[in-house]
Amino acid sequence: MSLKLENVSVVYGEGTPFRKVALDNINIEFPKGKITGIIGHTGSGKSTLAQLLNGLNKPTSGKIYLDGEDIWVNPKEISKVRFKVGLAFQYPEYQLFEETVGKDIAFGPKNMKLSENEIALRVTEAARMCGIPDDSLDRSPFELSGGQKRRVAIAGVMAMKPKYLVLDEPAAGLDPVGKTDILNGIINYKNETDGTVLLISHSMEDVAKYSDYILVLKEGKVFAQGTVEEIFSNISALADSSLDLPQITRLFHELKKRGLIERDDVYTVKFGEKLLKEKGIGNA
Amino acid sequence: MLKDITLGQFFPGRSLLHRTDARIKIILLAVFLVFVLCAKSAAAFTFVAVCTAVLVIISAIPLKTIIKSLKPLMFVLIFTAVINLFFANGEDILLQWKFIKIYREGIENAIKMVVRLTCLVTGTSVLLTYTTSPLDLTDGIERLLTPLKHIGVPVHDFAMMMSIALRFIPTLIEETDKIISAQKARGADFESGNLFSRAKALIPILVPLFVSAYRRAFELAEAMECRCYRSGVGKTRMKVIKTRPADYIFLGISVVCCVGIFFLNQVVIPF
Repeated sequence: MSLKLENVSVVYGEGTPFRKVALDNINIEFPKGKITGIIGHTGSGKSTLAQLLNGLNKPTSGKIYLDGEDIWVNPKEISKVRFKVGLAFQYPEYQLFEETVGKDIAFGPKNMKLSENEIALRVTEAARMCGIPDDSLDRSPFELSGGQKRRVAIAGVMAMKPKYLVLDEPAAGLDPVGKTDILNGIINYKNETDGTVLLISHSMEDVAKYSDYILVLKEGKVFAQGTVEEIFSNISALADSSLDLPQITRLFHELKKRGLIERDDVYTVKFGEKLLKEKGIGNA
Repeated sequence: MLKDITLGQFFPGRSLLHRTDARIKIILLAVFLVFVLCAKSAAAFTFVAVCTAVLVIISAIPLKTIIKSLKPLMFVLIFTAVINLFFANGEDILLQWKFIKIYREGIENAIKMVVRLTCLVTGTSVLLTYTTSPLDLTDGIERLLTPLKHIGVPVHDFAMMMSIALRFIPTLIEETDKIISAQKARGADFESGNLFSRAKALIPILVPLFVSAYRRAFELAEAMECRCYRSGVGKTRMKVIKTRPADYIFLGISVVCCVGIFFLNQVVIPF
């Protein structure tokens, strides 16, 4: 029972001068019930991967298994896959269209042909998880601020209660508060529904802070995968993929170099603070 | 799927047609349309077809592209051909089967219509859209319409609007693709159901599309104002279009061809 990719390749514009390999022979199995962070530079195939998982994009070769079943066995049933694997695009706030926030969140569940009661239940649940106040549900989504719109759009995907939730850069372009709100909403979702979350981002900080498992993509290939510790402790390899380490990790790396501290496997500010306190360095 | 549209697509190149002054090309197009629409006799149509072929050759646009651009027209072509074939009246009956009568005139008309439509579309695309960059095109239109400024027509604003519209076609197509994918991810179904439910299924695409089009328009307007855009007042150009002698020669030849059509219309080639 998992989401698994086997020898998956995606090639755009086959047979034209614009041929581009977006994903090159990818083999991954996403751990269930965990948050997997997917990082990589622009053009590393992150977004292509996201669209593969729920059948919006078809692999040129290879197979995608959802709970042991090839999702493309029956192309007519692909919409069922889309209910199991929810995908929130980059800048999802531009997909809002309904008269009220509540109706917009209900769009997905309605397409699933759920009962009225179930839909209402899911809307309030999703709204609560994303921190949307009840009185906002009757407002027009177009009156909201950018960050609020984003939360409504993500709630719209969560309301379908997908077992696998894929989020493409959910925090891009938001202020720190909006960012924390959204990422906390995602954590809530994982904890409450026991779902699997795939978090696509280029921010090392976010990925280090929120994920359990990390997948690094580089030029369409899996560059590295492992737990947060495994990935970031291999600093030289990450530097090769020209991805930035979280600022806090870099700081501790430098501190270790200067002999002030023994460890450099620090990925979150909280953990760093604790270490410094133990050491009695600074006023942290 | 929307990316296949080749609407007003420009193919960069260095052919004679590419280098011709856009204003001349617009006039040429008008001459060409008269030329194609006035052809009546078989000889005239042959001449039209040959001239169009010559235009295609000098434009150096790959034949494949031109055939591809004719594909959406296929239905119209077949439809007119069939209508002309079966419903035209004439004197020479070639074939009669029950109530279906096919006249020689019908076949002639069908061929003529197909040639006319094909030449119209190919000629227009080769003369203007394929070989003129949108910027040159709007510039050309603006310059051609300049005399109208004196009677108070806002020619510059008109041209500006056109170039902005052209510029945003690919952007909006991309945007539409994105919105369709996003709604599909939320389980929207655009492919099944009756006409009514299909039309209703378009709402989740159209609303966000309009919203984003408006947003872009406001953003662009603001950005233009920030850079002190004030219509065409006192505007100088980086690239000044100059009409070269070759352009006039080209225009001359076309006018001669156009006049030639009227003479060719008198020539009757026996079938």
